[in-house]
Formats: sequence, structure tokens, C-alpha cells
Amino acid sequence: MTKAFRTTICASVLAVGGAGAALADCGTGNVSILGNDFPALQAVVAGASACEGPNVTANLTSDHRDLQVAALTANPSQYSVAVVANGSIVPLLNEGLIRPLDDLVAEHGASLDPTQLVRIEGQIMAVAFMANAQHMFYRSDILEQAGVDAPQTTADVLAAAEAIRSQGIMEYPVAIVSGAGWDLAQEFVNLYLGHGRAFFEPGSAAPAINNDAGIATLETLKALTSYSNPDYLTFGSNSVQALWEAGEVGIMMLWGSRGAGILAGENSTPEIVESTVLAAAPYVEGQTRPATTLWWDGFTIAANTSDEDAEASFLAMLNGLTPERIAANSALAVWLADGYEPTPASAGVVASAQAGAAPYPMQPYMGLMHTALGENLAAYLQGSASAQETLETIEAAYETAARTQGFLN
Amino acid sequence: MAAAQRRSPLLVGISTALVLLWVVVAAFPFLWTLWGSFKVQADFFSLADWRNAWTGTFTTEQTGAAFTGQGYEGAWIQEEFWRAALNTMIVVVSVVVISLTLGTLGGYALARSGFRYTFWLLMIALVFRAMPHITLVSGYLLPFFEWNVWGHLPTAIIVLVAINQPFTLWMLHSFFLNIPKDLDESAMVDGCTRFQAFRHVIVPVMWPGVITTGLFSFLLAYNDFAVTAMLLSQQNQTMIPKIASFLGSTQQEGNVMFAVAAVVSATAPLFVLILFFQRQIVSGLTSGAVKG
Amino acid sequence: MKHRTFFWFILPSLSAMILFIALPVGSVFIQSLHVEHEQVLRVVENCGPFGCAEETIVDREATAELRENQPLGRFAGVSNYLDRNHLAVAELRSMWERSDSFADFARRAMTLPFWRALAFTLTFTFVVTPLVIVLGLAIALGVNSLPRLFRGPTIFVSLLPMIVTPLIGSLILFWMVDSRGVLGSSLQILMGDPDLSLKASPVLTWIMLMVYGVWSSAPFAFIVFYAGLQTVPEEPMEAAMIDGASRWQRVRYVVIPHLMPLAVFITLMQLMDNFRVFEPIVGFQAQANATSLSYNIYNYLRGDAAQFGAAATTSMLTIFGIVVLLTPVLIRTWRDFNRKRT
Repeated sequence: MTKAFRTTICASVLAVGGAGAALADCGTGNVSILGNDFPALQAVVAGASACEGPNVTANLTSDHRDLQVAALTANPSQYSVAVVANGSIVPLLNEGLIRPLDDLVAEHGASLDPTQLVRIEGQIMAVAFMANAQHMFYRSDILEQAGVDAPQTTADVLAAAEAIRSQGIMEYPVAIVSGAGWDLAQEFVNLYLGHGRAFFEPGSAAPAINNDAGIATLETLKALTSYSNPDYLTFGSNSVQALWEAGEVGIMMLWGSRGAGILAGENSTPEIVESTVLAAAPYVEGQTRPATTLWWDGFTIAANTSDEDAEASFLAMLNGLTPERIAANSALAVWLADGYEPTPASAGVVASAQAGAAPYPMQPYMGLMHTALGENLAAYLQGSASAQETLETIEAAYETAARTQGFLN
Repeated sequence: MAAAQRRSPLLVGISTALVLLWVVVAAFPFLWTLWGSFKVQADFFSLADWRNAWTGTFTTEQTGAAFTGQGYEGAWIQEEFWRAALNTMIVVVSVVVISLTLGTLGGYALARSGFRYTFWLLMIALVFRAMPHITLVSGYLLPFFEWNVWGHLPTAIIVLVAINQPFTLWMLHSFFLNIPKDLDESAMVDGCTRFQAFRHVIVPVMWPGVITTGLFSFLLAYNDFAVTAMLLSQQNQTMIPKIASFLGSTQQEGNVMFAVAAVVSATAPLFVLILFFQRQIVSGLTSGAVKG
Repeated sequence: MKHRTFFWFILPSLSAMILFIALPVGSVFIQSLHVEHEQVLRVVENCGPFGCAEETIVDREATAELRENQPLGRFAGVSNYLDRNHLAVAELRSMWERSDSFADFARRAMTLPFWRALAFTLTFTFVVTPLVIVLGLAIALGVNSLPRLFRGPTIFVSLLPMIVTPLIGSLILFWMVDSRGVLGSSLQILMGDPDLSLKASPVLTWIMLMVYGVWSSAPFAFIVFYAGLQTVPEEPMEAAMIDGASRWQRVRYVVIPHLMPLAVFITLMQLMDNFRVFEPIVGFQAQANATSLSYNIYNYLRGDAAQFGAAATTSMLTIFGIVVLLTPVLIRTWRDFNRKRT
């Protein structure tokens, strides 16, 4: 059988959505996948490995972001596929380490939904397959007891928290993923984008957060954390989820990907699970989009790999994303691919996305801004710096980093 | 000596109390973790009441008994922790053997050579030891990928050996200083070459020092996180990065009880090791580091 | 030993160190003198699952050309060392001018990453190192006066905090000191303060990290001292007893001088290790209240925006700091070495 013929079979089978979970034909070559380590991705890799033909290997690790640039710079690259998110694709784009997928999509990608295609300057650089976002979880029973409606805005959240506290139901009714560093910076990004403002001057790398929206964001953040357990600066997602499952909080902002575990209720009680409501992230007062950022995960194909391996990799990844496979793994993620049956756990992410939440910015220097935010927000929350000083410090820290990295002069 | 001392009861009381207090402080976290590893997450990490970890309320509710092996089962069988344990064994044994081989040769040479450059070599080794590991590791990534040696056990082993050399050299050098020079020099007078003298005269008497140094090499390789997490692929992962991966990431939930069970499992071999080698460690330190 | 023989003996060890330590250190040094090329930016339209947006990207072709000409980046001399992320000379000067008191200046200076990390690193090093030595000696003396039967088990238990992986040791303790955890709750009862949280206040976080540092390093000092105690010479000890010296006097004038070389060895190792303090900060998630130089390096290297230049510069400053710290010990070793030679 010639290679062209085999790939045609594969594509047509995929197109009708009937690719048997086992042994689809994916051409020949070596497929090696680098990505994060979580169940949804493991399911995709299992599907990719079920391909007939290529030799599929995978390295799924939480350190993937620290490895990917070096691994794809090597020629030939160590991995033919890098699974990335909208934050981690940026270094690969900056260095030109991933290849445009237009040809492969045209030839084999009939089963892909157009919204899955991530286009940079018109060229398809990645195929997204799942989405995630931080959104609001609240306890209907607690809110009812406190006599407040489901919050819509951040002001509502604060009012509800005050009602819960003043009635003595809970001392610290709110939890957000506010651990100093990346997590806390992410909360700032969510709220700041909820104001509809940009982080940078248009078309340049100059920072633009030292404004009224920046101050308002800081103040909201401080107000939210004042209703949080005093340990809030050490809270990662694990701690926030644990607080929820112990019934310690009434309202929280947490990643949608954690929803399935919370609704499964393995570590909590039926009362907590039954009253848990997943909702869109709250709006900033008077704004039109929820204060959160949308994230996608998707796959890219290395530039420094042979065309044969690239094609085999593309086909193998598609084999991991067949409608049957997605349908079978619907509970694991909010899939963007065909075949996905939304589950209750996806309600918050879907609601946030439908309400028009912003995607996480893809500017090449956004990572530097995120780091600068993470380093300097804690001082403000602890009261050792004013809001104005904090914003100045963040801009100064960012500018130093951006100068060393060549984005500013 | 002990029998000759007259001790005031007060002093004995104070020193015994101090030792007792220390024993409790040193052992309590481990006993607590060992106990907790047989509970479910809602008990051991209970936010409602830490006493749940003691009584096992949720454990009884969820599994029907006050103790459960779920954590161990999940870590060892479901997550294949045994693979990581096997890799750790390979890495650790190789690192210890290679570092000690290179280190005894080098340490012996440094101890026997009186030239000024030996001092500077020792100083440079000290500065090398000061280098933060994480900086070194990030420098390795690109060349290793380029040469296609990244991800394999031998690569991590060689890197760990190299990182471990400065300390090994220092310890063994000060140990060899304590072995009288006359020993090997008289052998050389009898017509042995330097290497033959080393082989036949020094090797038989060096074991206490080598065992102590070996223990520290062992701990370094066993406990390493920075090097193994960044230089090994998933198939070749060792225990410590594997445990870290049980904890999950920002967006994804981990399984903390797997991590706890794995932590206990990873500490167990160390217990055995210390139990067997305790005497050698102490005597090795006695003869090795005293003249440091 | 002849130069030639020496060379062959040291060769394997030396080549491993040159290849895997010296070369990276050298490249890190060179890297710390450069900054990245100017990145040529371009605004384009990007589309994804959540719609389209005007965004900036790096113009790869234009940037690649710049890179081709100077593969190392732009030479920057010591400017990396003086920038805000490191010595921050200009920032410190302007802060000094703007501050109305020294406390205000210190507060402002604590926003500078290098000085903030250095403050904690030095405090940690100079609090933990002496405490480790004192505690290690005290335990060694205590264990040494135990009946022989109890010594073995005591030594065994004492070594536990040292053998456990730092990352995991600090994680275990982090779980325990949570305000709902077993140690945290006990402390609240002991202190009579139900809101006491070790994680929330900067001062308590520093104390917690240092307690952890002492806990995990004391066994090292203990075991070395204990081994040394086994070799205390009998003659001066007996002579002191005949002269009617009290137990304290015997410890002070016979045992401690005998253990001095060991104390130097422990100090050397402890200064180095404590100056590189890193794992406890990650394990205790203490970065809001305490950062160290090694933590800063880790922070620069991690995530979506790795800053290799900043990491390299901090690494060089860390090495420099350790050399300065070790100078007194090095001078002592140099004297010993020369005495030994003659």
C-alpha cells in the first residue's frame, strides 16, 4: 500500500467520524509528544498511541514548559508534538520552533471545527482541543441562609461575603487562588481584563497598568482577600479546593478543570456537593465581560522535524481526538472538539465563554508582566505598600525584565 | 572514661531531657506521616478538625475500616511507582559507585600531593559546590537535546556524579590525610608504582571513609529533585519527581494521598540503610572528618 | 607525588567537573554580560477558539537576522548586575532621596528582588548556622552520656530529618503547621490565640523557615560531633579531672578545642548550604514573605517567560556571595595547608 493511499483512508475514515478507537492508520514515522500531565491529555495520548504505523512515544510532565524550548530547538527536535496552552505557545512562536499546519489541515483536517484552529497572522499554528477558565462556584444553601441572591458582579460577591460573615455563618466565606506568585498574578489578570483594559500600550511593549483600572483591580483584590482565610497568600488550587470540600467557604473562584472532582465529592459531603453551583465568573461593576481569562490547550507540530514525522504526528493527534474518544472522555475536560457532551462540571467555563470572557493575552511579553505582577502584589495586600506604589513597582519590574529580553529599549 | 565521671543528677537530667525532646521533635513528623498514610485525604488533611487524622472518621465512612491501603495501592499499582523506584535504584547505585571510584582516586592524589595547585584545586572544588544546581541544569538542556542524550538514565547519572564530585573530593581528601604517608611510601620503596601502592596498601584500609562519603553521595542522588526532574523523561523518572507529580498542578487536581504513601515508601529504604550502616557511618566520620 | 602521577589520578574527577560544572559556570558568566537582541515587533490579527484579536508578535525574520550577527546577544557589560533585578544602584539612590526615615527606605528597598532575597538569605544563614552547631553539639553531648544501650536507637532517630528529601520534609511540615493541622492547632492552644497563623505573618514565616532549617541540618552537625566525641583523648581528660575540673570546665577546655576542626568543617558546609536555601521556600509556599537568591534564580528560569540573563546574573552574584562568606574559612585552610607543607 502506498503511503498516499493509506493516509487517504485515514482521512476519509476520520471525516465520517467512524475511526475505530483501535488501530487507525496514521502513516509511518516517529511520533513523540511532549505535554503536561493530566487525565484529559493522557486520554488523547492513549488515542494517538492506538495508531497503526508510527512509533508513538509521549513524555507528559508538569515541567513541560521548562523543557519545550530546548527540546524543540534541537535539530532534529526531541519531540514532534508539543501540547501547549495560550500562555506556553508564545515562547515557541517567538523562536520559530513550530510549523504552520495549513497544509496538513487542508489535507487531513476535515473533521476539525474551524474554531479549533489557532491562527497567527492567518497561518494555522496550533489545533486547540480543550478549554479552561477560572470561574465562580457558590453554595446555594449558604447564600439562601444569608438571604442573598446569586452574585453577578464582584460587588455582589463582596456584599454576599459580608452578609455571610455578619450573620455569623462563616468567618472567611471567600476563597480565591491567591497564592503569591503566578496564581495571585492570574487573579489580577482576570480582574484587570474584566475592566476591559489592555496591559500594554497599543502596538508596543510599554506597560499600561498604572491607571484607575489598575487601582480598582488592586482594591477589589484586597477586598476579596479580606474575606479569605488569613493564610490566603499560600493558597494554590489544591488548598482552595480542599477548603471547599471541607465546607469552609461559600463562594470561590477556581479553575473549571477542578469542577469534575468537586462534583464527584469524594472528599466532601453530599450536602456540599448538592448545593454547589458552577457559574460564570462575576463581572466588574458596569462592565460587559466576566472577569476571567479563557485558556485553551492544543497541539503544535515541531518545525525541526521531518515532513513525514510531522504528518504522522498530525494524524496520530487527530486519532486521539476522534468524536468517540471525546464522547467517552467528556467528563475529563471541556473539549472543543466534535463529539463533546457537556457535563455539569463544564457549566462555569461554558457560561464564562458565552458571556464573552477574554482569552489570556498572547503578547510575547505577557509572561514577563505576569511574573512582575506575581512578585509584587503581595506587598500591597499585606499593607506594606500603597496601590499607587505597587503599580509603579510592577511597571518598573516589568520594564527591567522587558529591557533585558529586548522588548523595550 | 564514662565510668570515671562523677555526674551531678541535675546535669544528667537536663541532658537526658534534651535528648528526649530532640528525639520527639525528630521523629514525630515521620510517625505522623506514617500513621496518616493509611487514612483517606479527608482525614489526614482534614480542615474541619485535625483529630480526624487520629480517629479516622472519614476513613471508616469511606472504606469500612479505620486503616486503608488505598494510597499505597494507588501509588504503587495504579501509578506504577515501582518503575520510579527501580529507576531510582539504578541511578543511586551507579552514582555512588562512580563517584566513589573517581573520588577516591582524586581525593588520594589531593591528599598526597604537596604542591600549591592542590590547594587551589580544592578551593575551586569548593566554589563549584556552591553553584546553584538549578542554574547548571538549565544550561545542560540545549546541548543534551542537541546530542540526543536527554532523558536517559546514564545522562542523569553522569551529571549527578559531576555535581557530587566536589563534596566527595573534599571528604575523601581529608580522610586520606589521616592515613599515614609511610604506609604507601614504604610500599613504593619496595618497588610498587604509585597506583600499585594505592591498590594494595590504601584500598584495604580506606573503607570506613569511603562508606561515610558513600552515604552522602547516596543521599544526594536519592534526594535530588532539580537534576532528575529536568533531565529525565517520563519513562525514566525517579521517585522524587514522581512524588511531585502526584501533587497535581494549578489547573489539575492531584492525588495527595498517593504522594503521602509514596513519601513513606521512599523513606523506608533510608531507614534500612541507616540501620545497617550506622556503625560504619559513625566510625567513618570518626576517622575521616576529625582532622577536617 | 609527581605531577604526572597526580594528573592521571585526578583526571577522571577533574574532567567530570570541568565538563559539567566549569563549562556551565563559564557560559553562565558570559551570559550574565549580555542582554537579548532587540525584538522586532509587529501587530497582526490572531484567531483562536475564543475569537480574533489584534495582537503583537515578534517578527521572526527581522529578529533572526540580528541574532545571526551576534549569536550571544547584545554585549551589556555589567549593566545586568546594576539593573533593578540585581544591585539596583540607581533605584536605591532614588529611594534614599525619597525616603523620610531609614525604616521607610528599608520598606522601599524590600521591593527590590535582589535585596529582598539577600536580606532573607543572610538572616537565614547567620541564624541557622550557629544554631545548628550549638544544637548539634548539645545533642551529641547528651547522646554520648546516655547508657550504651540507648545510643543506637537515638542516633537512628536523630538522623531522620537529615535523610529525608528537603522538598518532601518541608511539605510534610507544611501540612502539619497549617492553622488546622496538628502543629498549628496545638500552637494556637499553647499561645491562647485562636487566630494564630504561621503562614500569614512575615515574621512567623521567617521563624518557621529557620526552625525547619535547624531541624533538617542539626543531625549533620550532631553526627559529626558525635563521631568526634568518640576520639576525645583520654590523657588531658584525666589530667583535668585530677585537677578537679568540673564537667563544664572539662567540656570547655578539653572537648571543645578537640572538636574545633570539626566545627570548622560543619560551618563550611552549613554556610554553603544555607546560603543556597531554596526547597523550604517552595515547600512552605512562603514566597510572599520570604525569597532567597536561589529561589529568585528558579523563578527567573521557570514558566512561560524564562529570563536566562537575569538567572545567570543572580547565579554569579550567589557564587560571589558564597566566596565572600567562605573567605575567613579559606584563609584558615590556606594557613593549615602551608603549615602542613613545611
